[in-house]
Amino acid sequence: MLDRNQIAQRIAQELQNGWYVNLGIGIPTLVANYIPEGIDVEFQSENGLLGMGPFPFEGEEDADLINAGKQTVTMMKGGSIFDSSMSFAMIRGQHVQLTVLGAMEVSDSGDIANWKIPGKMVKGMGGAMDLVASADNIIVAMSHTNRKGQSKLLRQCSLPLTGVKCVKKVVTNMAVLDITPNGFELLERAPGVSLEEIQAATEGRLIIDGDVPEMKL
Amino acid sequence: MNKLVKDAKEGIEGIKDGMTLMLGGFGLCGIPENCISALVDTGVKDLTCISNNAGVDDFGIGLMLQRTQVKKMISSYVGENDEFERQMLSGDLEVDLIPQGSLAERCRAGGAGIPAFFTPAGYGTEVANGKEVRYFDGKPYILESALQADYALVKAWKGDRYGNIIFKGTARNFNPVMAMAGKITVVEVEELVEPGGLDPNFIHIPGVFVQRIFQGTGYEKRIEQRTTRPKA
Repeated sequence: MLDRNQIAQRIAQELQNGWYVNLGIGIPTLVANYIPEGIDVEFQSENGLLGMGPFPFEGEEDADLINAGKQTVTMMKGGSIFDSSMSFAMIRGQHVQLTVLGAMEVSDSGDIANWKIPGKMVKGMGGAMDLVASADNIIVAMSHTNRKGQSKLLRQCSLPLTGVKCVKKVVTNMAVLDITPNGFELLERAPGVSLEEIQAATEGRLIIDGDVPEMKL
Repeated sequence: MNKLVKDAKEGIEGIKDGMTLMLGGFGLCGIPENCISALVDTGVKDLTCISNNAGVDDFGIGLMLQRTQVKKMISSYVGENDEFERQMLSGDLEVDLIPQGSLAERCRAGGAGIPAFFTPAGYGTEVANGKEVRYFDGKPYILESALQADYALVKAWKGDRYGNIIFKGTARNFNPVMAMAGKITVVEVEELVEPGGLDPNFIHIPGVFVQRIFQGTGYEKRIEQRTTRPKA
């Protein structure tokens, strides 16, 4: 099974040269630590910056420079700052090529739920609904099952949706899967994880076509 | 065109029970700290607050929630605030959650004379309930209406008495679009400059959108998530 950093590392392999990328809170944020050599990307944070850099050195934090997770960050040379309306114009207008975000549930038709558990947790959707409704390329980073061991890759989401038919790829601690018209297509297994284990942990339709290779990290 | 007022107290003069306010900021970054303190002092209540977030328990809009001055919040994300959650779950506080991009655009539209617009955000979710759906080029969009406020409370970096303002870093966030959408827009600045002190090429919001401006004091600028890396 992959840990959080390895999930991020695997997702980083999807980055393409010249892409603008929006990383959600949690595992997605870690993707920035694993940009492959020779790949030049710029990170967008929906609170209004492009060209987000690493965390500041201790003592150099600036309260006026945070990311959408409200963490103190820095800017890369050539970065830019803008207001929330322009930020979402970039997102809605499809000028940002990739969105990576976490989820509580994903359905085998690409629906995603990640903002609300009725009666329990209501934090709000933040920018997630705008992001998933517009991005061409949406990768979900999450654990394959929840804390109770139940599958998070479902035939249909049970929680209130964030977006419909939008997720293209899911990278979990067990597998890499594409969303196809016929369900989750298993592309890669985490090292040491068997097809049977993935099948048992996947409630939605799972397509296994021949030998499925192990991920290379 | 002198829009200068003395302080926050004079800035928020006229805000009455039941009014709708916009408050700039993202988390605690770029919030109108002085105006919020002044609002807490007045005890004005039954407010509808449009703001991306609702502060934390003991800062920002959280201070107004503690004193139950807020009747309704219109926001995109309200985590990090126990008192908020308590009032929401008990039904004391009405909450309208809106996708962040739609919230920003609804403010912008409100200030730009556009009554409504179609957006893909929220289609197929509970956000779309009761809203008109229309297809453009085969894709579904929902109709969202503009937002306006009796008062917009804005935090800027520098400004002059004409109301021209500029922002610093990501403290910009919702402040510009809210500045546009207030019937009365009140701006607090860290540094008040003489007219001509700001390069006209780099004004973020022209003074035409601003009715009152004042020199703010004592900014705390709290950091919610202090993240750093060690010096190599």
